[in-house]
Amino acid sequence: MKKLFSSYEAFVLLAIVILSAIITSMNPNFLTLENFLDLLKSYSFVGILAIGVLIVLVSGGIDISFTATATIAMYVMAVVVNQYGGNMFIAFLIASVIGIILGMFNAIIVHFFKIHSIIATIATLNIYYGLLTVFSGGKWIYSLPTWFREFAQVRVFTLTNSTGGQYGLSIITVIWFAFLGLVWVLLRYTIIGRGVYALGGNSVSAERVGFNILRLQLFVYGFMGWIAGIAGVVLTLLVQSVAPNSIVGKELDVLAAVILGGASLMGGVGTLSGTILGVILIATMNNGMTLMRIPAFWYDVFIGLIIVISVSTSAYQNKKKQSKTIAIEVE
Amino acid sequence: MAKQFLSLKNINKRYVGVQALVSVDFEVAKGEIHCLVGENGSGKSTLIKVISGVVQPDNGAVIEVDGERFQDYQAIDAIHKGIEVIYQDLSLFPNLTVAENIALSETIAKGSKFINWKETRQIAKRAMGKIKADLPLDELVSDISLADQQLVAICRALTHDVRLVIMDEPTTALTRKEVDALFVVVKDLQAKGISIMFVSHKLDEVLEIAKNISILRDGDKIGTFAVQDMDNEKLILAMTGKKLDHVRFAGKYQGKEILFDVQNLSKVGNFKDINFQLHPGEILGITGLLGSGRTELAHALFGLNPADSGEIFLQEKVVTIRDVQDAIKLGISYVPENRLVQGLVMPQSVGKNTVITILKKLLNGLGLISREKMTKSIDQWVESLAIKVPSVDSPVQTLSGGNQQRVVLAKWIATEPKILILDGPTVGVDVAAKDAIHNIVRNLAAQGVGIIVISDELPEVFHNCNRVIVMHKGRFTAEFDTAQTTEDDIRDFIGQIS
Repeated sequence: MKKLFSSYEAFVLLAIVILSAIITSMNPNFLTLENFLDLLKSYSFVGILAIGVLIVLVSGGIDISFTATATIAMYVMAVVVNQYGGNMFIAFLIASVIGIILGMFNAIIVHFFKIHSIIATIATLNIYYGLLTVFSGGKWIYSLPTWFREFAQVRVFTLTNSTGGQYGLSIITVIWFAFLGLVWVLLRYTIIGRGVYALGGNSVSAERVGFNILRLQLFVYGFMGWIAGIAGVVLTLLVQSVAPNSIVGKELDVLAAVILGGASLMGGVGTLSGTILGVILIATMNNGMTLMRIPAFWYDVFIGLIIVISVSTSAYQNKKKQSKTIAIEVE
Repeated sequence: MAKQFLSLKNINKRYVGVQALVSVDFEVAKGEIHCLVGENGSGKSTLIKVISGVVQPDNGAVIEVDGERFQDYQAIDAIHKGIEVIYQDLSLFPNLTVAENIALSETIAKGSKFINWKETRQIAKRAMGKIKADLPLDELVSDISLADQQLVAICRALTHDVRLVIMDEPTTALTRKEVDALFVVVKDLQAKGISIMFVSHKLDEVLEIAKNISILRDGDKIGTFAVQDMDNEKLILAMTGKKLDHVRFAGKYQGKEILFDVQNLSKVGNFKDINFQLHPGEILGITGLLGSGRTELAHALFGLNPADSGEIFLQEKVVTIRDVQDAIKLGISYVPENRLVQGLVMPQSVGKNTVITILKKLLNGLGLISREKMTKSIDQWVESLAIKVPSVDSPVQTLSGGNQQRVVLAKWIATEPKILILDGPTVGVDVAAKDAIHNIVRNLAAQGVGIIVISDELPEVFHNCNRVIVMHKGRFTAEFDTAQTTEDDIRDFIGQIS
């Protein structure tokens, strides 16, 4: 039977447990259900994006442009619903369509011009973000429809804390979890999901066993775009405003979470459970540092250190595994 | 002719500037093991691609598979007719499990949208049952041995209703024992009525397994011969159009001078109590199965994998080799077994690869690399090793295996080594190139370089070395003077210990 966690994931989990213990010992507010649910809500944005990034990394590619895609999706969505009205379904639909189109454009460049995805998506990041800045004039959008504000407050269940404040499981977290479930099935039980792993493992062989590489690429980058569109709406729900410049530049935070979760930049390797752990680790650190009143600048330093440690640990394990296989039985 | 499974007539294929195949006729009977041999560039791969429908031949071709004549023969037709190609690189997914690797193409072929893990395992088990293989279904393919990976590739081919299996260089990376096991599988498939097309550089294996042998040279089919009418020399003559004499190396090293003296060298888990001496101008062969410790020993002598204990003397002085820099300073050079991984910077030019080891010698007064010196040095080496390149600026990855190996040799010979260690110097290289490389090695020995050749191809060490040492389980088990023994004696000895 398949193990629930690989040894690497157990290592990340351990890091989370130790970190939580330290934070709790200094601020008992950390290990409360309220804080936990709150964290799940505020990290839904990163969590959703991480799912898309995982798929791209597993396919052997990388996407840098998703923050620009998300920004365009949420900006257009906000403009349209402010102008013409609508509902949540329409809001998500607009963002989804825009995300999928921009994502597939990446796929087309990567596939037909054989440009490495990091170059292609750095280019499209600039194109998308530049166009948005030109057409929006960099203006923020503060006013959003009432139904949009209300949706953000929806809770699946509501509890009351000791001081009378209400908290609970936000609908936004549910969106994140729904995507986790969807992608879990997709990666594990569908041919196209296995095709993403096959593509990342050996693209030539993937073609030989009968996968249509163009279709796979369109799926991978299109899905990333879709996820970015959804994440754009989720961010708008969380902050209740749209700023054209608020997330471009945060690509690496999401990438860091996914890589912390064990995905390989070489492609073919990465799991959803690892990605969740990666996001939780980053969330725990960030939140813990706030609770411990450590200046936010330290956050980047710690993230960097954790990535160095985690990546070198897995590299070292691989090296050890290799040297084990060449050992010879000397008589 | 109902007994023919595959019948090709008048196959021409012209690429821009090259005629890859010249009106080739080719037939494979049902249940036949048919070998295809030819040098690099003789059109073997093009022919395989035509048979698998990946490449379409020029007008006028007649293609008949299993009694059905095709006008426009495509890959999908080949698949439907049960033709499976096992490529040299095996085309496996290192990041997926054995079971999934075996079953994936079948699942796709069925047009499923979802994957059923139970069924995946069943498909894999069924395929493994056909060749009585026992592979760990849940291991990742990257974690199993190359021989097992080969079996995975074969099993994958067997998930379909396969009629013809084309194996492209299946034995390049296998040890003799693993080759024997593979041959059992091949004969087993044959007994089931499956046709096998076996493409290989290793002529002794071809002679062992084939019923018929077809030979290609420069896109022309020289002919198809029954195996009993062929031997090694006739095959080489047909393939190259030249007679290559296997002249025994008779180089006599002068005097009693000892260049290199290794005493009681040991490394835990690698090798134990290694003792040998090497004279200037001598070629010493070390043979043994994969996993005998031969490559580990070479790595130790070159500082890649330093020994734990023992002493090494160079020209009667004790030396320590802790890392590669030490070895290079002492004049020891090493040409690795896997030239692709360890030997060359593939996207870089032939020229840059050649001089990478002697950059210090190419500096000008300012301590920068002198273009003039570099060009001169590159030209000298490309010429003296007869490396065939359109230009010294071509990337190494565009060269054939034989020429790549020459670039690796050039790079190390350029350092003017006292001792040259060659690990599997002709793995995956065709006969003519092999011969050329052996000549280069002999010439070097004649110049007084001490050479150690590590190879599991017994004829290679036997014909080119003064002495052959057999290594087994990390120890030297026997030493043969090639002037006073026969190849069969050594082969028998290796057979006995393994």
